[in-house]
Amino acid sequence: MNPPISLTWLDLLLASGFMLAAALLGLLLQLGVTRSFLVAAIRMTVQLLLIGQILTWLFLQASLWLTLAAAFVMLTAAGYEVRARQERRLARGWSYFLGTGTLAVCCSMVLFIALTTQIGVRPWYDPRYAIPLFGMVLGNAMTGVSLGLNSLVARLDADARAIEAQLLLGADRWQALRPSLRHALRSGFMPIVNSMAATGLISLPGMMSGQILAGNDPNEAVRYQILVMFLIGGATALSVVAAVLLTAWRVTDPRDRLRLDRLSAARK
Amino acid sequence: MLLQVEAIRRPGLLEVGAFGVAAGECLALRGPSGAGKSLLLRALVDLDPNEGQVSLDGVERRSMSAAHWRQQLAYLPAESGWWASEVADHMRDQEAARQLLPAVKLPSEALGWQVNRLSTGERQRLALVRALILDPQMVLLDEPTAALDPEAEAAVEDLLKGLLAKGKGLLLVTHNQAQANRLASRSLVIAGGHLVQENPQ
Repeated sequence: MNPPISLTWLDLLLASGFMLAAALLGLLLQLGVTRSFLVAAIRMTVQLLLIGQILTWLFLQASLWLTLAAAFVMLTAAGYEVRARQERRLARGWSYFLGTGTLAVCCSMVLFIALTTQIGVRPWYDPRYAIPLFGMVLGNAMTGVSLGLNSLVARLDADARAIEAQLLLGADRWQALRPSLRHALRSGFMPIVNSMAATGLISLPGMMSGQILAGNDPNEAVRYQILVMFLIGGATALSVVAAVLLTAWRVTDPRDRLRLDRLSAARK
Repeated sequence: MLLQVEAIRRPGLLEVGAFGVAAGECLALRGPSGAGKSLLLRALVDLDPNEGQVSLDGVERRSMSAAHWRQQLAYLPAESGWWASEVADHMRDQEAARQLLPAVKLPSEALGWQVNRLSTGERQRLALVRALILDPQMVLLDEPTAALDPEAEAAVEDLLKGLLAKGKGLLLVTHNQAQANRLASRSLVIAGGHLVQENPQ
């Protein structure tokens, strides 16, 4: 097996040449995308350089508490993203509680079981495994949850009259919400379903490509990728179902009423 | 009284004192737009959070599930909601629906119609059929003939009179004074979320 080829700063600078050329083109044609494109590129570079430093330090410490603290920071950021991406959300802290809460419970549970059994790393919280895996699981689950919740709230808003018509004819809240729930769950599952279908055929996942580029045996990389996809799929499915059902429970009440008044006003 | 309201209240929106509707009676509910007529009907079927005591045939609504309450106390909003694409999918009992359709001047093929191609008047009548299939004790109607031609309007009024003859109760919101005179024996006037007047028709 060849050792990974080390990249120098000059290599990175050269690789950015195409992007800079594209940016220049955008500027010349006044497309109005150059600024956000460059800002995102710089942001990405700085974030990755920083996380490289932080990960190096974290791996050296290999401390349970520091690893948990890092996971907590990631969770908070994910919960914030889910909240920020929603047009309308549950008022008074419920959106934090349901978004961050479901992600925390589902992702941590899936990952903890994987680390202690299938991967069997010792100690189980070894940050070299725990942090990257948690990041991948959390990122995908977060996308699913925010899509699912957005779709649920949009549907409830649009279908309020149809839902109330069912309630008026003696349906309970779960019967009346069924079409909206199905729609929301489908939206939440869509990215992970699509990505599982395309993986290996159309796209080679970044993690697997990274391992291969870093000199690992492709078969080994593939097994890891399958494991990771299962973890991502499981955590995403559990988080989406939990978040959508809990939100549906919260926007209705035990007297089988639709309580859209518990959602914040639409944002401009 | 079939429907007995002790008091019903939504803070800042609705504050209505005692009134009742007897079996076989139609009570008209009148008042300017925005007076709280629809809010009152929604509160009675418990579709919005509200406080107060409402009972049907002496049974308080809190003693039963909301679903059970709404099957006995039907409410037809001014604009009906539809959740499936075909009319028939909204009817719990298709045979009962077929029997009711002529009474609202619709053919029995109406069951196969697509909901998104219905006119407002067709929706209004089909929503009435859909609710009456459940054989409610009491029906709350919000402008039930607003979108109908005179012939269909007369048919719906006949259907409603038939319900009264069977001992059902009606609470009718209408801006049509002549219709109120034809159907109702008394009327309540509501303004600013309060009952302001009760008079014999």
